Amino acid sequence: MNREIAVVAFAQTDHRRTSEDISEVEMLMPVLHEVLARTGLKTADIGFTCSGSSDYLAGRAFSFTLALDGVGAWPPISESHVEMDGAWALYEAWTKLLTGDADTALVYSYGKSSPGPLRDVLTRQLDPYYVAPLWPDSVALAALQAQALVDAGDTDEPALAAVAARSRADATANSHAQLTGSVPQGEYLVRPLRTGDCPPIGDGAAAVILAAGDRARELCERPAWIRGIDHRIEAHGLGVRDLTDSPSTRLAAEKAGAFQRPVDTAELHAPFTSQEVVLRKALKLDDGVRVNPSGGALAANPVMAAGLIRVGEAAARIHRGEADRALAHATSGPCLQQNLVAVLEGDPR
Amino acid sequence: MSKEPVAVVGIGQTKHVAARRDVSIAGLVREAARRALDDAELTWADVDAVVIGKAPDFFEGVMMPELYLADALGAVGKPMLRVHTAGSVGGSTALVAAGMVAARVHGTVLTLAFEKQSESNAMWGLSLPIPFQQPLLAGAGGFFAPHVRAYMRRSGAPDTIGSLVAYKDRRNALKNPYAHLHEHDITLEKVQASPMLWDPIRYSETCPSSDGACAMILTDRAGAARAPRPPAWMLGGAMRSEPTLFAGKDAVSPQAGKDCAADVYRQAGIADPRRDIDAVEMYVPFSWYEPMWLENLGFAAEGEGWKLTEAGVTELDGDLPVNMSGGVLSANPIGASGMIRFAEAALQVRGQAGEHQVDGARRALGHAYGGGSQFFSMWLVGSEPPDA
Repeated sequence: MNREIAVVAFAQTDHRRTSEDISEVEMLMPVLHEVLARTGLKTADIGFTCSGSSDYLAGRAFSFTLALDGVGAWPPISESHVEMDGAWALYEAWTKLLTGDADTALVYSYGKSSPGPLRDVLTRQLDPYYVAPLWPDSVALAALQAQALVDAGDTDEPALAAVAARSRADATANSHAQLTGSVPQGEYLVRPLRTGDCPPIGDGAAAVILAAGDRARELCERPAWIRGIDHRIEAHGLGVRDLTDSPSTRLAAEKAGAFQRPVDTAELHAPFTSQEVVLRKALKLDDGVRVNPSGGALAANPVMAAGLIRVGEAAARIHRGEADRALAHATSGPCLQQNLVAVLEGDPR
Repeated sequence: MSKEPVAVVGIGQTKHVAARRDVSIAGLVREAARRALDDAELTWADVDAVVIGKAPDFFEGVMMPELYLADALGAVGKPMLRVHTAGSVGGSTALVAAGMVAARVHGTVLTLAFEKQSESNAMWGLSLPIPFQQPLLAGAGGFFAPHVRAYMRRSGAPDTIGSLVAYKDRRNALKNPYAHLHEHDITLEKVQASPMLWDPIRYSETCPSSDGACAMILTDRAGAARAPRPPAWMLGGAMRSEPTLFAGKDAVSPQAGKDCAADVYRQAGIADPRRDIDAVEMYVPFSWYEPMWLENLGFAAEGEGWKLTEAGVTELDGDLPVNMSGGVLSANPIGASGMIRFAEAALQVRGQAGEHQVDGARRALGHAYGGGSQFFSMWLVGSEPPDA
């Protein structure tokens, strides 16, 4: 199908360490209002709604059912939910628009990491029989990957520190970011990763509106057209993977058409500095590409929303005329197990 | 450009039981997927993408288990998507997978839903801690019993209707080798004498807690042409959602359910569902939901659904058979229950339902709902392709 689909609006919260004073619905509602206001659409105008979140963060079953109150699903709406980062909710919405069943879609996701110890919570994602009982936490697993990169000669600690410094310096221009400016690299959290190599833990939400064809042109002065989008998963067992590479990212990028022409901008979902090294290699990004001008996940990493935010940030730069062809990437699972790549373009200026 | 027609060419289920202690979660899902592939005479390499669904992750205590299941489902190097829309998830998962074929994003998709409820206690998994819920409700039965009572008041249905549904579904289950409950000595008296759990819902009018998985292979027109057995064709599919609680909500016959059915019927060209649909697999976790959904889905006028049940219309040999497989009342691996409804509807129009086959079924409805009667997913499948 040759239906053209674009990101026409993006909104996000100010991401912060805790939001215990507000519920998930209260965190989400202002974002939904803002993204709808950017297009002048109302909930009833939206053809399809899709969200992404995880019950394990809130610590309660069906946490997404109450979030639906924030959408105002009355009269009833055509709606779905993925237990994944919102970038995959966007993928589902994209397929829905491709079928022609809808012309517009609202995509949102949110995550509150503050209610529990996130490093422990994420261990529950691992093989429940052989790995999860050992409680290897997310930083420890990322450190294994970082050490593999160092051992392979792909990076070293000063290079990782430079990624951290660049990200947080760029984030000073991003009013939504949680960790900005001059941040010390600090002590080792899990060797070779220092606190500066790791993302801040925080709560946040994001929302995007997709529209097809002429509808997109009506709603946005310069739509960010999705030229391609694809996602791939790798084996779960870390022992059978080469942690210094990301074949799933490369394959998704290839399927999304990322290698047909160079991109000028890339928003990479790399929560750890070392993961940017892996992704740059897999995506063949050279120094001419502006990587993570928003500061990326090292500046704000609301779990379940951080991937959708990459797509939103890339699209927003196209909307503003600051980019013409951008790549957005989202990840899920330990050590970049699952990856999504979208290629966005603006019409010629 | 019109949508690609979607065909079901492979169906696989596990034998649903209280506890599958002999297999891991990966072993359980692989068993269903393998059977679906065998039915379609395909291999893992023929699958372009995997779409998996299940209800809350707390039921197994694994966060986003699809990450761990990528290997078992042959998804490595492929797209894998995880759907969660509460109890309707099994149906929604199939619809998301069907959308990928319809959009021509993928040619052949493996879709699968499961629950391994023996890993935890689902009733307490559904009973949310304070401050999320008042400390009055115990499990889904506590939530739905007042809605059943409201239906009885509104419709004037006799107290015995619920037991008739349970007695029918448990007898139908005896003809379905995959059903969890096979109560060979079931009698109507036994159902009516079973303990009251959540007034007016008795023990025998309640779904069991099961371990099980269900898988389907969905494919495009070219894939269907290669299929070794008759495919089921998707003629319509839709999802609808409304909030859990709000002033004006009709908890007995939710608007989202009516809208969802109307959308499916419009797509499939169904003018009179009672006349045009040959068999129904609907999500009935508590017996009284059969008459309630008969009305919500347009098979009976408001307040009249129980009369169809009472007259035997919904029996396996009635003129509108409902839950030929034994339904959710006879097997309930929660996340899979919706997909089992969708798959059983497909089995009927393929003529592959075995002992519980409805003779000459050409169009069948699969229905699922979830949350506080707020999430709905349905599809209508037929023995002929949509443009025929």
